[in-house]
Amino acid sequence: MAKKPLLEFTDKGIYCAPGNFYIDPWQPVDDAVITHAHADHAYPGNKRYLAHQLSKEVLLYRLGEIQLQTAAYGEKVMKNGVQISLHPAGHVIGSAQVRVEYQGEVWVVSGDYKVEYDGVSTPFEAVRCHHFISECTFGMPVYQWKPQAAVFNDINNWWRHNLDHGLATVLVGYSLGKAQRILQNLDLDNGKVYTHGVIENTNEALRRNGIQLNPTERITPESAKEEVRKGIIIAPPSSVGTPWMRKFQPYSFGYCSGWMAIRGAKRRRAADRGFVLSDHADWDGLISAIDATGCECVYLTHGYTATFSRYLNEIGFNAREVHTLYGDDEAASPQPSPKEREEEAELPHLALSKEYDLGEHEVKALSFGEGWGEATKDEANAGGPDL
Amino acid sequence: MKSFARLFLSLDETNKTNEKVKVLKDYFNSVPDTDKMHMLALFAGRKPKRQINSTLVRNWAIEASNIPAWLFEESYHVVGDLAETMALLMPKHFGNSSKTLTEWIAEINALGDKTEEEKKLWLMESWAMLDTSERFVFNKLLTGSFRVGVSQSLVIKALSEISGINAAALTHRIMGSWMPETYSYSQLMQDQNVADDLSRPYPFFLAYPIQETSEKQRSAEDMRILLGDEAEWQAEWKWDGIRAQMIKRGGEIFIWSRGEDLATDKFPELHPFLNALPDGTVIDGELLSFKNGLPMPFNLLQTRIGRKNLNKKILEESPVAVIAYDCLEYEGEDIRYKTQAERRLILEQLHAETPYPALFNISSLIPFSTWDELATIRERSRAMIAEGIMLKRKSAAYQVGRKRGDWWKWKIDPLSVDAVMIYAQKGHGRRADLYTDYTFAVWDGDKLVPFAKAYSGLTDAEINKVDYFIKRNTLEKFGPVRTVKPQLVFEIGFEGINKSTRHKSGIALRFPRILRWRQDKPKEEADTLENLKALLGDE
Repeated sequence: MAKKPLLEFTDKGIYCAPGNFYIDPWQPVDDAVITHAHADHAYPGNKRYLAHQLSKEVLLYRLGEIQLQTAAYGEKVMKNGVQISLHPAGHVIGSAQVRVEYQGEVWVVSGDYKVEYDGVSTPFEAVRCHHFISECTFGMPVYQWKPQAAVFNDINNWWRHNLDHGLATVLVGYSLGKAQRILQNLDLDNGKVYTHGVIENTNEALRRNGIQLNPTERITPESAKEEVRKGIIIAPPSSVGTPWMRKFQPYSFGYCSGWMAIRGAKRRRAADRGFVLSDHADWDGLISAIDATGCECVYLTHGYTATFSRYLNEIGFNAREVHTLYGDDEAASPQPSPKEREEEAELPHLALSKEYDLGEHEVKALSFGEGWGEATKDEANAGGPDL
Repeated sequence: MKSFARLFLSLDETNKTNEKVKVLKDYFNSVPDTDKMHMLALFAGRKPKRQINSTLVRNWAIEASNIPAWLFEESYHVVGDLAETMALLMPKHFGNSSKTLTEWIAEINALGDKTEEEKKLWLMESWAMLDTSERFVFNKLLTGSFRVGVSQSLVIKALSEISGINAAALTHRIMGSWMPETYSYSQLMQDQNVADDLSRPYPFFLAYPIQETSEKQRSAEDMRILLGDEAEWQAEWKWDGIRAQMIKRGGEIFIWSRGEDLATDKFPELHPFLNALPDGTVIDGELLSFKNGLPMPFNLLQTRIGRKNLNKKILEESPVAVIAYDCLEYEGEDIRYKTQAERRLILEQLHAETPYPALFNISSLIPFSTWDELATIRERSRAMIAEGIMLKRKSAAYQVGRKRGDWWKWKIDPLSVDAVMIYAQKGHGRRADLYTDYTFAVWDGDKLVPFAKAYSGLTDAEINKVDYFIKRNTLEKFGPVRTVKPQLVFEIGFEGINKSTRHKSGIALRFPRILRWRQDKPKEEADTLENLKALLGDE
């Protein structure tokens, strides 16, 4: 037991001592390996970054001028004798699991992942390892996703229904991940796709990165409202209930999220339609992914960690809960409603962490309510985990 | 059942009243008449009788889901609805069923005399042939908890638009003790008379609050603007008991509570007075415990409501009498169309004729000539054991449901204390997976003593913040209950306070709720048990 584990959980993030680097650190460090460009995984302030090549432009757009090295999936990068490689996580475009190997011992950090192919992100690949550090945002058996073809069938039908009834169609999803997944799976025979500026900025970054996306049109003050109403509008959560959205009235607004699987959560959102579409693995997906690694030990970083680890231990895995700043124990609950969000917008950033004495192992740099997700400067108050 | 499941999904898919009505109309237009009546019964809050005890249903659902019992319980706390939890956890269906709602309910009702094994076999087979959304409504039928996000008045509106029969008449026709098995859709569509169902009550007319919260006080000037001339109104005390309708028809008597429960047997001491009424009489009033001719606080009545059997002791300790408000039927005629003033005269006449004046009281009118004067009188409500004042327009008919305009309640401000939250539990329905049910405590020396639970009063935004705090400040977990670091202070409002031997604090509150979150107050400044007990008065 004298030997230290290859990866440790520290108050700055997941740390590799022999290689002297961190994975998805939340405090500034010298060397950071980034699983994906969402704000709870890619923090600003690190000296050097290593990430997948497909997340390059988005990282530069979100974090500004950073010193960034990129790698392809499977490419080996050596650091102080430790071998690092990135493997597809299937979460969003450019998302990676980080494989770390040293003296024959292999650890994998999943970041966020889903096992179903979404049509845009490189599909998830299980990586054999001794130790697997996994998310479990939806680690409860009530979360079981339908195949995405069925969900998009519902979405396309809903869009057509709105067109027939003179309603504009607004579909809400996160600007990195959900927005592109929606864009690539819509039935474009129905009409054109219009995007909120925040989403279009991300689309442009991805296109600069060589990603082929379906055509979109950025909504500007000059956009012809009647034309926009004939298409579909993809908007970020932060725009719900804002004057920006209200100008397209009358509309039907749909929300894409894994949380929509529960009736109560759906009602709380007060969306016209909730579509159960998640960029995270569902219950069966999590278990199959963990099983496929063949790991001796699985560490659960965020989601229903207590319940899920207890269950995994009962069915024969060696599972442990760890506390990180990704997602957050149970707090990764659904988005606040528009009204809440407006109120939140009035709160000074990080208001709560100042007001309350949060538990020791808990978050220091979390804006109220959740805050994981993609808080770029445009949508700093959007809040919410990326789903 | 497919149509019924689809109805649920469609109602969930819209927030707009007009669309909900359209969905309801589409449903009515597409299902057999017997299904219409069953749906109506369910949406009107008539619980199907539970044929399998819910522990068994739960256990078999756990078995069908093939997960450990503890994981089922955890899932239930995340979902916040038992029927939905069971529907979500079961494996995918492989069969298919085209049975109608009527057929399913008939099968459920036929279970009563089956053995446990037969019930289990039937249930497992049924689950296997239903998809997730069908299972959800099926489980709702089975567990007998059928709260839907649609009001009865919306269902009536849809039915009224389809049939051309006005909503008030339809509302009346679905009052009382009908059964969907015997009351047909064509009967519902026909004109009816009293003889069809002697027990049928009228829909209650309910008052609207004149001030929504205690923070929005109404001045005498506001009252003048809202209600106009004082002379057009009659004022009464708002009594705090059980609102009830008492019927004497064809030599039979019936007592209905406002929840549409037939409660005739629960109040035997009232039978002589009801039997003495002339046939064809319906009285609307309040049932209260009385002592020495004076009404008593609600908690005395509460002790006997839950009892299955009324023994002599209870009847002696809290004898009930009526304070009558109104007369809805007289000499067999529905007189709801008459004015308040006219109906009052008839009520007074009935009162004058009763041989049981101690049982049949009449809600006395409060004389007042200005709104200012009435505002002053309202301050005495608590001393009168009343909740405030009722205002009724003298020229108004007796209407259906809660309507603005002619009946107003002007309640007194609640009592309140500042208390510290010490326990929390997850909520249900739209509050699933959020900590929304709290237990509050006040100081007793340096100890915090729990004295009330409250679920409501915070905004969604506040709930999110409190939930966030709880998840990070849990001291201990006992099943679904978390002990929370005592820190957050809330102002708790309540309608009344009484001594209680059942509670650790020695007191029991009536209608406790959160008035506001006192973010400005440290926990040390919360109230003490002594402060609370001082509100008990001299009793």
